[in-house]
Amino acid sequence: MADTFYDVMRRQGITRRSFLKFCSLTATSLGLGPAFVPKIVHAMETKPRTPVVWLHGLECTCCTEAFIRSAHPLVSDVVLSMISLDYDDTIMAAAGYQAEEILEQTIEKYDGQFVLACEGNPPLNEDGMYCFQGGIPYLEKLRHMADHAGAIIAWGSCASWGCVQAAKPNPTRATPIHKVLNKPVIKVPGCPPIPEVMTGVVTYLLTFGMPELDRQGRPKMFYSQRIHDKCYRRPHFDAGQFVEKFDDEGARKGYCLYKVGCKGPTTYNACSTTRWNEAVSFPIGSGHGCIGCSEDAFWDKGSFYDRVTDVQPGIESTADRVGGTLAAVTGAAIAAHAAVSAIKRARDTKGAHTEKGGA
Amino acid sequence: MAANVQGFELDNSGKRVVVDPICRIEGHLRIEVNLDDNNFIRNAVSTGTMWRGLEVILKGRDPRDAWAFTERICGVCTGVHALASVRAVENALKIDIPANGNVIRNLMHATLYAHDHLVHFYHLHALDWVDVVSALSADPKATAELAQSISNWRNSSPGYFRDVHSRLKKFAESGQLGPFQNAYWGNPAYRLPPEANLMAVAHYLEALDFQKEIVKIQTLFGGKNPHPNWLVGGMPCSINVNETGAVGAINMESLNRVIQIVDNTIDFIDNVYIPDLLAIASFYKTWTYGGGLAGKNMLSYGDFPEIANDYTAKSLAFPRGAIIDGDLSTIHEVDLDDESQIQEFVDHSWYTYGTPGQGLHPYNGETNPKFELGAGVKGTKTNIENLDESAKYSWVKAPRFKGKPMEVGPLARYVIGYAQGKPEFKEPVEKVLTDLGLPVAALFTTLGRTAARGLEASWSAHKMRQYTNELIANIKAGDTATANVDKWEPSTWPAKAQGHGFVEAPRGALGHWIVIENQRIANYQCIVPTTWNATPRDTQGQIGAYEASLLDTKMEVADQPLEILRTIHSFDPCLACATHVMSPEGKELTSVKVR
Repeated sequence: MADTFYDVMRRQGITRRSFLKFCSLTATSLGLGPAFVPKIVHAMETKPRTPVVWLHGLECTCCTEAFIRSAHPLVSDVVLSMISLDYDDTIMAAAGYQAEEILEQTIEKYDGQFVLACEGNPPLNEDGMYCFQGGIPYLEKLRHMADHAGAIIAWGSCASWGCVQAAKPNPTRATPIHKVLNKPVIKVPGCPPIPEVMTGVVTYLLTFGMPELDRQGRPKMFYSQRIHDKCYRRPHFDAGQFVEKFDDEGARKGYCLYKVGCKGPTTYNACSTTRWNEAVSFPIGSGHGCIGCSEDAFWDKGSFYDRVTDVQPGIESTADRVGGTLAAVTGAAIAAHAAVSAIKRARDTKGAHTEKGGA
Repeated sequence: MAANVQGFELDNSGKRVVVDPICRIEGHLRIEVNLDDNNFIRNAVSTGTMWRGLEVILKGRDPRDAWAFTERICGVCTGVHALASVRAVENALKIDIPANGNVIRNLMHATLYAHDHLVHFYHLHALDWVDVVSALSADPKATAELAQSISNWRNSSPGYFRDVHSRLKKFAESGQLGPFQNAYWGNPAYRLPPEANLMAVAHYLEALDFQKEIVKIQTLFGGKNPHPNWLVGGMPCSINVNETGAVGAINMESLNRVIQIVDNTIDFIDNVYIPDLLAIASFYKTWTYGGGLAGKNMLSYGDFPEIANDYTAKSLAFPRGAIIDGDLSTIHEVDLDDESQIQEFVDHSWYTYGTPGQGLHPYNGETNPKFELGAGVKGTKTNIENLDESAKYSWVKAPRFKGKPMEVGPLARYVIGYAQGKPEFKEPVEKVLTDLGLPVAALFTTLGRTAARGLEASWSAHKMRQYTNELIANIKAGDTATANVDKWEPSTWPAKAQGHGFVEAPRGALGHWIVIENQRIANYQCIVPTTWNATPRDTQGQIGAYEASLLDTKMEVADQPLEILRTIHSFDPCLACATHVMSPEGKELTSVKVR
């Protein structure tokens, strides 16, 4: 059979002793306890490669590009040794009917056992023909594969929320996949998502199974905190030190970007901790505010350079007069806002379900 | 039916072969061809099969935000649309950017080129020339000898290739062939010996591991890759190498990182990519298909302004101009504001204009979608077997320069640079031709396109070093400004303004046109490289670069589209780019039921 995780690690020069240590650390960090260690060891030693079918709808392929940036694990190891990437029109050698045949072969061999990874979304207008492949609407292909998939991943903000083509007025009626499928979807939002978050979700699925998701379907391990919560510029926010204009004195000193529109306070993602491209930087680290690209409808929340006043009044009033002594007040305002957001999100989600059932 | 257009003989009477999807590209493309009795392609039909629509989404928005929207047109050539967009806004609002803003943009852009061309060659194009299964029968020792004979690259020992070989063997024996299954291995159009195939497979994997390093330069200045951040008026990353807080800005540590990445990039491209390209080309010298419009009609806007805010030909490192009807002695001037030069037609595209048959300049662009199939279509609206190219058949519009379809991209830039006698383009081309013992005409082929891209990757990598040095020299001279925010506030803008921004994207000429009214976007139009290359026919029935390039190609096995993939991939298609245009009304059309 194919390479297992263990084979891959051994090939990278990792000893069995270190491998076992890795397994026990993994168990601890996930809160699983020592009883799970042998299970993890066994899984990593023996699991064959899980088939993955990666589809592309309306998108820009930034998710694929992000995926191949993964450094740990290296994407070459993911593709050659951890999964069996049986269909992905961006990298597969075959084309035309030889490519499409693989979809049916996968269903035949691995019905209910393959992972369906979806980049982009289906348009619903014009009978779905704003995106067609092999002569048929993408929507049809997506639903057919989803019917037979064991797990479904929504890569990026297109598949998760709709993203740029779904920004107002959404002329093609580009629709996130959970609204057209009848199965649970793991959302990995971001435009694109962080490379190691993508491979992290895949390896988690292979090793431990379904990750714990928040109420919107995002893995809690990567999406449960805001950029702002762990931002290294947060002390400047708390101290009331802001960039007032791009390239001003504050910008050169690395002050907080809130006043030039940073959406870190309302964006749930791992950028400020995991960072990008092997932790070289992340948007705030390079002087531009977060644009909130992992949030639903982030394109329609005003300019990227507007302060987040409209969605977060608490911070606006606080930030201008905030100082060290007012930090506690800020925290309370943010917490209050978070509660409001949670309620609003719950309402939005409910609306989505209604649309799904009723349309 | 037979016809003669632009000197090409078209005949759609033979066996129709459909390739949909064309894989190993960005986006969704369909190609249909007709073969004669001897399996020569006698008719070709190029269809963009997706449409997203960003231009209408941009209407009414803040012009300073447009770069982020348009950047999402494409995540492969990430940043090129953002760059075109900030340039268009700056052109409209007459905003000058600081010298460092310009040099950092050039460095970001050259970085994209090096990355994009490398990934295209190894991961999107190589399997058209390289037979992975044949690599299994290679001798690792002979492979090492081959590798050492063409390059000083460090990974070239027999042991190294033995490891790669055994990994490949193990992979094949697993029975799970992943992305390599169901392909065309063993097709007689593959010509490399097993050792060359093994060497290329080894470098496919090395390039996959290495490419993620190159983009870290974009991450340093733009915060992430894909989709780094840009800024109207310059760049968002400040420079501070001396004072308090330098660790929150571009500083000595980050500049050192850039220098290291540039060195590694030049090393990989010059010692792996270029030798592989020449080695592979040497086995395909007699495969001279794929020219199409190459050498006949070619267009480049030019790029890499070496003087900040000067976008004229004398400032641009890339050549600017157009070749028309094969006359290489006359390079035509290009003016993106001249409404008679660049026009788009929609007679064979799924759009309508107020006046049928008309061509429209982007400032006056209309984009009303209309999905309708010709009488000759086989199948149904939602299950198309064959399209009818006498009617509308693509989501891509038909742009024309002075009425002519154009090829754009690396080969266009190199041919125009060659025709202009620019040494940095002419000399490398002549060296490659001499080394391979080929005439100039060999440029006008699929392989010529692929070779030009390789030369350009090397050019770009060396440009990265030049721009890094320029940035350091500026800082040393005391200039640390990266952004001009004098006109940042919309209240400083005129009530009405319009402008264009152009970029040479890796795939070719890219233009954005913006109209700003009352501080908001009133109109936004893009004409992108793949719109030029993948264009359907126009009012006069003229065929575009993809369609022309496939004609008269011999297919070794009729139902294995290897030759079609080889030639289409040589353009490096990007269909999300080509088919993003949008209805100004955003009107509600028929929609499918959601279950």
